[in-house]
Amino acid sequence: MSEQVWPLYEVFIRTRGGLSHRHAGSLHAADDQMALDHARDTYTRRSEGVSLWVVRSDRIVASDPAETAAFFEPAADKIYRHPTFYDIPDGVENL
Amino acid sequence: MRPEQTLTAYALRLGDSALILGQRMVELVAAYPELEEELANANFALDYIGQARLFYTYAGELEGAGRSEDDFAYFRPEHEFRNLLLVEQPNGHFGDTIVRQFLFDVYYLLVLEALTRCSDRRLAEIAARAEKELRYHLRHCSQWLLRLGDGTEESHQKVQQSLDELWRYTGEMFAADALDDAMRTLFDGPDLGAIAAEWHRDVAAVVDEATLSMPPEQHMASGGKKGVHTEHFGYLIAEMQNLPRTYPGATW
Amino acid sequence: MYTQGLDQAEKKEAGGAGKESAEQLAAFQARIDVEEKIEAKDWMPEAYRRTLIRQISQHAHSEIIGMQPEGNWLTRAPTLKRKAILLAKVQDEAGHGLYLYSAAETLGVSRDRMVADLLSGKAKYSSIFNYPTLTWADIGAIGWLVDGAAIMNQIPLCRCSYGPYARAMVRVCKEESFHQRQGFEIMLTLCRGTDEQKAMAQDALNRFWWPALMMFGPNDSNSTHSAQSMAWKIKRFSNDELRQKFVDITVRQADFLGLRIPDDELSFNEATGHYEFSEIDWQEFFDVIAGNGPCNKERMSKRRKAHEDGAWVREAARAFADKRSAQAA
Repeated sequence: MSEQVWPLYEVFIRTRGGLSHRHAGSLHAADDQMALDHARDTYTRRSEGVSLWVVRSDRIVASDPAETAAFFEPAADKIYRHPTFYDIPDGVENL
Repeated sequence: MRPEQTLTAYALRLGDSALILGQRMVELVAAYPELEEELANANFALDYIGQARLFYTYAGELEGAGRSEDDFAYFRPEHEFRNLLLVEQPNGHFGDTIVRQFLFDVYYLLVLEALTRCSDRRLAEIAARAEKELRYHLRHCSQWLLRLGDGTEESHQKVQQSLDELWRYTGEMFAADALDDAMRTLFDGPDLGAIAAEWHRDVAAVVDEATLSMPPEQHMASGGKKGVHTEHFGYLIAEMQNLPRTYPGATW
Repeated sequence: MYTQGLDQAEKKEAGGAGKESAEQLAAFQARIDVEEKIEAKDWMPEAYRRTLIRQISQHAHSEIIGMQPEGNWLTRAPTLKRKAILLAKVQDEAGHGLYLYSAAETLGVSRDRMVADLLSGKAKYSSIFNYPTLTWADIGAIGWLVDGAAIMNQIPLCRCSYGPYARAMVRVCKEESFHQRQGFEIMLTLCRGTDEQKAMAQDALNRFWWPALMMFGPNDSNSTHSAQSMAWKIKRFSNDELRQKFVDITVRQADFLGLRIPDDELSFNEATGHYEFSEIDWQEFFDVIAGNGPCNKERMSKRRKAHEDGAWVREAARAFADKRSAQAA
C-alpha cells in the first residue's frame, strides 16, 4: 500500500500590524490546525510575524504564465491611468 | 527549613522536571515522524530547557553558594534530581512521547498558572513566561492525542496502550509532600488537591474526544519527588553529565 | 558542496528534450542572460528542471542527514547554553531541509518522491555528513569548517536564476549566519582552555579539514555539469574558485586559534595572493560518495528507521483529517 501523504500548504505572514500578509513558504500538514501550528513552528522561530495565514496549495487559483501576454500586456498601453500622463502647468497647486 | 530553602528546593524541582523532559525530547531529534514535527518538537525542547535554566539560575541565587545552572544540571548525582518519574520514562514510540508530554503538560500548566499568583515575585515571573509556552505545547499535544486516538485502528490501540502504561506515573504529581505544603503555606503556592481535580477533568475531556478510555484506578508509582528514580534515569544522567565530569574545571 | 554528487557523470535520462525548439531555448537563455528570474510555472527546458530538482533535493537531503552528526552530541552538550544553541542549529537544519524540499516541489516533484529516492540510495547528499562526530570539538569544527564552506556556496545561490530556490536560499543564509560563529566560538573556547581541550580541537581540525575541502566537489577539470549550470546561472562560481576562497579565509582563522592545518605542503604564494595546498585524496572522496564512507550506512539506516517508524503516525493524522472533513461535510 502506498502511503497517503499530507497535503501541501502555503504560508503567509504579517510581519507586524499595519503590513499585509506576505508569502513565506510552504509546508506539509494533515489538517488545517496542524498546518497553522507547523507554520508557527517553522516560519516564525525568529519572531518573524504577528499573524499567519495558511491555505492548501491546491486551493489557490493562479494565472497561467503561458498567457502572461494576453493577461497583463493590455494594461501596459493604458498610460492615462497613471497621474504622470497628465501635463499640469507650473503654478497650479494641490493637484 | 527556612523560607528561602523552600523556594530553592521548589525551583530546583521545577527545573529538574523541565530539564529531564527536554533531555528526553532531545534524544528524538532526527527521528520524528515528519520533518515539520522536528521543528515543532525542537521548539518544545528549547522551551523546557530554557525554563530549567531560569529555575536553576534562580535557585542558585537563592542558595547563595555560587552554584550556576550548569552546576545543578551537570554536577549533582541522580538521587539529587527531584523530577517526576513520568518525564524520565524512555521515549518509546511517538504515541508514548505524546502521551507522556500531554499528561505532564496538563499538570505543569496548572502548576504554572497557580505559581503566577504565588507571593514570590521572581518565581511568579518565571512561571508567567513558561505558562505562555505551555499553552501552546498543550494545544499541540492534545491535537496529536486526538489524531492518534481517533485516527486508525492501529494508532488508537497504540496510544491507548501508551496511556494505560504511563498512567501509573501520574499519581506522584498530586501527592503533596512537605515541600509542596511549605510552598503552599509560605508562598501561596499551588493547591495540589484542587489541581488534581482540574487535571482529571481536563485529561478526561481530551481522552474522551480522542475516543480513548481513561485507564482504570491502579497502584501509583512514586519516588521522583524524593530522588528515588526508575532504572532508566541513571543512564540519562550519565550521558548528559559525561563531558563536564570527565574534564572537571574546564570551560566550554 | 551540499550538491557535490551533481558533478558526477550521470546516466542520461530520457526526457522531453526533443520537443524543445531552438527558439524556445534561445528565448529562455535570453531571459537568464538579462538576470530575469524563472518562476515555477514558466516554460523551462526539461534539462534545467531536472538539474534543479536534483540539485535542490540533494541540498535538502544534505540538510536532513546533516542533522545526525550534530544531533549525536545534543544529549551530551557540556552546558545547558551549548545544548540550547546546538538544538536551535539542528532545528534550523530541519527547517532548511523543509524550505528546500518546498522549493523543489514547485518543479513538480513531490517530497515523498524525493524522500523515497534518498531512502533507496538513488539520491545523494553531501559527503561531509558521512564522517563521525567523535568529540565535542567536532561540533565546533562542523560549525566553523562545514558551515563556513557551505556559506561560500550558498551566498551565490541567493542569486540563482530559479526564483523559488533563490528565495529559499535567502532565508537559509539569513538564518545560518549564526551557525558558523557558534562553531568558531566553540573552537576558540577549547583553544583557550586546558591542554586536553586544545588537543581535542586540533584533533577535530585534523579529521575535518580534508572532508571540508572535499565538500566543494571535484576539480573543475573533472566536473561534468559545471559549464551548463554556470550558463543557466544555477551556479555562479566554480568548485575550485570556491575551495580556494575557503582555504584563504580559513587558514588565517586557524592561525588565530593557534591550530595547525594538517597539510605539510600548505604555503602562501605571494605572487598570487593565495594559499597553495596539497592534492585532495580523491579516492577517499569517491569512496564516500559511492556509499563507503565511515558513516554512510548508519546515516541511511537511521533515516530509514525514522521514516518507517513514523508511517503509522502520518497515516493516523491523515485518517483523522479525513474523518473530520467527512463529519464537517
